[in-house]
Amino acid sequence: MSGSGSRTEMTLSQAPEFRLAIIAVLVFALMAVLSPDRFLSAQNLTSMAFQFPEFAILALAMTITMTTGGIDLSVVGVANLSAVIAAAILTSLAGPEATGIVAVMWLAVALVASLAVGAAAGFFNGILVTRLGLPPILATLGSGLVFTGFAVAMTGGSAVMGFPDIVSVIGNSTIWFVPVPLILFAVLAIALHILLTRTGFGLRVTMYGANPLAALYAAIDIDRILLRVYVIAGMFSAVAGMVIMSRANSAKADYGSSYLLLAVLIAVLGGVNPYGGYGRVIGVVLAVLSMQFLSSGLNMLQVSNFARELIWGALLLLVMVINTTNWAGLRAGRKPAKTG
Amino acid sequence: MQAPDTPAFVEMTGVTKHYAGVTALDGVDFTVHPGEAICLAGENGSGKSTLIKILSGVEPASDGEIRIGGELMTGHTPRDATAAGVLVIFQDFSLFPNLSVAENIAFANELTEGRRIYSRRHARAVAQRMLHRIGVDIPLNAKLETLPVAHKQLVAICRALACEARLIIMDEPTTALTGKEVTVLLDIIRVLKEQGVAVIFVSHKLAEVLAVSERVVVLRNGKKVAEGDAAEFDAASLTRHMTGRDVAEASPGAFDGSGEMLLSVENLQKQGSFRDISFSMQTGEVLGITGLLGSGRTSLAKALFGLVAPDSGRIVVDGEEVPLGDPIASAEARIGYVPEDRLTEGLFLTQSILRNVAVGRLQEHERNGFLDLRGLVDEAADWLTRLKVKTPSITAPVQSLSGGNQQRVALARWMARAPRLLILNGPSVGVDVGSKAEIHDIIRDLGHQGLGVIVISDDLPELLATCHRILVMKGGAMTDEFAGGKISEDVLSQKLTS
Repeated sequence: MSGSGSRTEMTLSQAPEFRLAIIAVLVFALMAVLSPDRFLSAQNLTSMAFQFPEFAILALAMTITMTTGGIDLSVVGVANLSAVIAAAILTSLAGPEATGIVAVMWLAVALVASLAVGAAAGFFNGILVTRLGLPPILATLGSGLVFTGFAVAMTGGSAVMGFPDIVSVIGNSTIWFVPVPLILFAVLAIALHILLTRTGFGLRVTMYGANPLAALYAAIDIDRILLRVYVIAGMFSAVAGMVIMSRANSAKADYGSSYLLLAVLIAVLGGVNPYGGYGRVIGVVLAVLSMQFLSSGLNMLQVSNFARELIWGALLLLVMVINTTNWAGLRAGRKPAKTG
Repeated sequence: MQAPDTPAFVEMTGVTKHYAGVTALDGVDFTVHPGEAICLAGENGSGKSTLIKILSGVEPASDGEIRIGGELMTGHTPRDATAAGVLVIFQDFSLFPNLSVAENIAFANELTEGRRIYSRRHARAVAQRMLHRIGVDIPLNAKLETLPVAHKQLVAICRALACEARLIIMDEPTTALTGKEVTVLLDIIRVLKEQGVAVIFVSHKLAEVLAVSERVVVLRNGKKVAEGDAAEFDAASLTRHMTGRDVAEASPGAFDGSGEMLLSVENLQKQGSFRDISFSMQTGEVLGITGLLGSGRTSLAKALFGLVAPDSGRIVVDGEEVPLGDPIASAEARIGYVPEDRLTEGLFLTQSILRNVAVGRLQEHERNGFLDLRGLVDEAADWLTRLKVKTPSITAPVQSLSGGNQQRVALARWMARAPRLLILNGPSVGVDVGSKAEIHDIIRDLGHQGLGVIVISDDLPELLATCHRILVMKGGAMTDEFAGGKISEDVLSQKLTS
């Protein structure tokens, strides 16, 4: 009833997701025009499909926390910590020579361990936010540093390498021409979409984000909802950590440090309301595509990495300004308040 | 003294205000002359707050002209209004509880004079001068939070004077005062008028300020429906103009005692809020709880639903003790609570009407975590129809509704949960007159259906029209109890303030 309900109220062109679809198409077309031979090459298209799931999965983790009006700034820290722990299992217990069933078994153990680390880290965030009542932005900023710190302490700051070959399956192989990371992202995106729109939990998440006080007055078990949200975000981050680890064929405490800003940017660009109460996975997916097209395009145009960070930051501010400015209100005067 | 020869201080002509889909003010003319006291009367939702907000620059008017001191104001801000000498004293006074009396009085003055460095001596001098002006004596060093309500109000008046107020607007000035304190206030108002300061009383109970007023203006549904010499009005005619009805709604009378024991509250206690509260009620009974602002009525209401954790005592519903301070356990014990402030506590404003109702019934429509959307929607839609929520679409955001319809949505959420006991805090605050009567019908009907209903309100006619029994709270304790139909508004009002 939720999403489908509000959709019937807006014509298609008014839906924020429609605007996003147009943006994605425009960016794609622009890049195709600027650099037709290289951008449209099969090689570039597959390379993009391998690249974006890393930060796209982190953006999904960001989405669910942002829908509650919170945020998770520890996603990259969680991803790296879980990757470092999985890597420790794969290098010291399995070793690079492991093959066959033994390697598969150790990989499974490593995956389970990384998910457990993600869940535990998310639980820790959830406790900070619920029981201790810290603002999510500060709680996860701090915990993110703690997680990264653990990863540094375990590795001494250097990369952990020497995995069995099977590990590369997660990040580098395809099933029927579809990259495995892309499949992972698609599964998680669909799961999150169903979670947010078809379950009582998802509806409670959105309602809590819309008005936490009213959620309390409506006898919603707020702490349990928030705790689960941060655990889910932690586990998603761990999956992203596995993809990063497999693609880099190593784990390091400071991989993907630019992904945090990117994940926030994608969630906001995807129409998730940073004040809570609105978030649709389809919007986030479209934002992911736009960003990847833009990123690859800039790459081909040989724009430097530093300039790219600048562009991401500026884009984030621009989208926030566009989304939060009350254009009708600017014309009519000031914001409406309650009637007396 | 209406003095047509002196130029008006405030002149509002054809002032209109539209909020999303609602016309809160409709072409209202309103003038204030220097040294004049005006009663601006109207029920909740009549538009009186909107008029004040527009005059004081909090809200822009959609249409119309506003002149203050002869000068045309366009898009003026609260700062501009203050500079022009228009000051509002809100019901909560907006003072700083942790600062001294002198600091509170001089604070705004320091700002308007553009002083960048605070001088304690200067502040004390200003404060002393203002207190002297209204002829009262309050220790300058006292921390504001230690003062009684009446003194806080006087501090607020002095602060307005310190800003060289030429018009002081007082929002519900008497609601928190005892009878004796009201007399003191009225004397001070007379002094202010002699000094050329105009006063507007904004209130829905004006009988007591009628004595010092020259003129009465009555608003109803955003329109000015009556204006004239204060001498021409009495309490009855005011009520008639405000409600548009001749007779008050009939009381349901005393409860016939035919129900079963539903709720018993034993020695409920919360430090600083309420003490030793004991009462019981039956199914089918509508119980009113009233008291002045700060009497502990809202804390008690929240405690009954677990939103405030009492220090000691027992709440028993249907023979089972309900854990204290746990709203989820309270909801499971089938207690419902419709809060006073719909906008921040009651509703999810940006969410659909449907969702606002459905959120109360998620658990019942969940199978293995997945929602039975059809069942959930059908049930919510059914309740919206039963409560006659008027809207073109139930998927529109709830903020697009009028106050009365919003309140029905809040009610529908709890009624869908089939509660045994429903606590309604200020059920008709911010609701227009027509909807108010209908909400009262709903409340009486809930009683007939066998629910226990507790109505918490300072709207005495509302309590008289809906309740079988009325409990009065004062300073955190239950002080009186009256059976419905056996008490008049005047007597009840006296019991509240004496």
